Amino acid sequence: MPALVRLFKPAVFAAAAVPGVLLGLKAWRGDLGVDPVTTLLHTSGRDALLLLLSALSVTPIRRLTGWNRIQRVRRMLGLWAFAYALAHLSMYLVFNQLCYSIETCEFAAIWDDVVKRKFIFAGMLAFVILLALALTSTTGWIRRLGRNWARLHRFVYVAGASAIVHFIWKEKSDYSEPLQWGAALALLLGLRLVFAVRKWLGVRRAASRATA
Amino acid sequence: MLTKSKQVWEMPWSEITPEGVYRSRREFLQMAAVGSAGLAAGSVLAGCEARPEAAQAPLAFTKNQAYAVADPLNTFEEVTNFNNFYEFGTAKDDPARYASALTTKPWTVKVGGRVAKPGNYTYDDLVKPQTLEERVYRLRCVEAWSAVIPWIGFPLADLIKRVEPTSAAKYVAFTTLLRPNEMRGQRTGALDWPYVEGLRLDEAMHPLTLATVGLYGKELPNQNGAPIRIVVPWKYGFKSIKSIVSIEFVEKEPPTAWNIANPPEYGFYSNVNPERDHPRWSQRRERRLGGFLANIPTVKFNGYGDQVASLYAGMDLIKYY
Repeated sequence: MPALVRLFKPAVFAAAAVPGVLLGLKAWRGDLGVDPVTTLLHTSGRDALLLLLSALSVTPIRRLTGWNRIQRVRRMLGLWAFAYALAHLSMYLVFNQLCYSIETCEFAAIWDDVVKRKFIFAGMLAFVILLALALTSTTGWIRRLGRNWARLHRFVYVAGASAIVHFIWKEKSDYSEPLQWGAALALLLGLRLVFAVRKWLGVRRAASRATA
Repeated sequence: MLTKSKQVWEMPWSEITPEGVYRSRREFLQMAAVGSAGLAAGSVLAGCEARPEAAQAPLAFTKNQAYAVADPLNTFEEVTNFNNFYEFGTAKDDPARYASALTTKPWTVKVGGRVAKPGNYTYDDLVKPQTLEERVYRLRCVEAWSAVIPWIGFPLADLIKRVEPTSAAKYVAFTTLLRPNEMRGQRTGALDWPYVEGLRLDEAMHPLTLATVGLYGKELPNQNGAPIRIVVPWKYGFKSIKSIVSIEFVEKEPPTAWNIANPPEYGFYSNVNPERDHPRWSQRRERRLGGFLANIPTVKFNGYGDQVASLYAGMDLIKYY
């Protein structure tokens, strides 16, 4: 049993790497379809969302099952989500905005995209939040920020919602896929709301008992 | 006596790269790549995955040298596996995957409205009298990618003249087939079905507007709009309506499918125009299908301005986008 426990974290790490490895293998075999850029952009975006939702599942699973060990992989999953989001953004910057060198990079067009196109804005907002959370995910920053660390990291909910909105606004007419992802996110956030309400009711009951 | 040797361009594409040979060569290589251990399993899989490739009949045509493009052509594989044809699904590879369910024989096009010769015309009624020609056109999708495609067809103007529109006809309204049992995308609400498109009569009569029945030397594959579509190369791709079953001559600007779905994003005219951004992305540059970088500057009217700009003399093309 202790061996299994020791293997838990590496196993989750390996599982989180699978989508990226699969995409890399496909690229290496020239198996990305007739338009590789579309496949790369769409797949990396989906993978980022998958890892973000995985990270957001940790707390509800822990609360529902009482399996506390799962908490140990939360930071790792969050960092994987950031890594996939970074890959996704990099592809946009290199392929769409020619940022394979400083001279060719279309900085003005990127700025234009961010301020004028709500779909890019939503995606960029999600990325910037994930970046801030990744930078402050170290033990040192957790200590330094104290109570504010948890407050700051609650912005992951905003990042998740922005990513879904980015996906919805990207679509031209068929919103079924992003809405399914959105439903999954809503479930994960809804569970937290249920936990919070129950906790609040519990505190009130305890308080009224104390005053009685 | 002079002997006329056959020009390279007179050779049909199917002769240059016989598709069956090309395909079987690829399949052979893919199978070989599976490796010796997995060879048996590989061939079984190849058997399962092989799509029932509807053998497209070759067409007799002449090559129209007036419509050539300096850029290299996109391959047959590219132009038949990356399609926006929401009737078969919204993913780019959905049409290639699901369009084989469509039956295109028999095919009838209803011609009506302000014409002297309305009626139900069969595919042969419309196409048989025409001399087919190949034209290489640039296609610019509103999604900022583009392709170079050797289409086969005839000027739509020839067809229009035959049905004799009256002086009341100002616009032409086109409708795509509505057949949800064969077009799985029509069982979803991705768009208001059937797909409708329209052109001003002078646009429809313009020599560049091609009634199209083939590509790469053969009949259109279903996913590209079989058996008959139009190609309007100076407008965004969605104006080039596919699998047409109705052509109606009308007095007023007809409704168009993408304009119904999202008016601010897709206008009636939808001429390729780098100066008018799509609300969600810039139209200044484009990426060639299969290429990696969006580094091709988009040209107004997709580079056909010398031929079509006069159609819009005095019009504000930002307002009439």
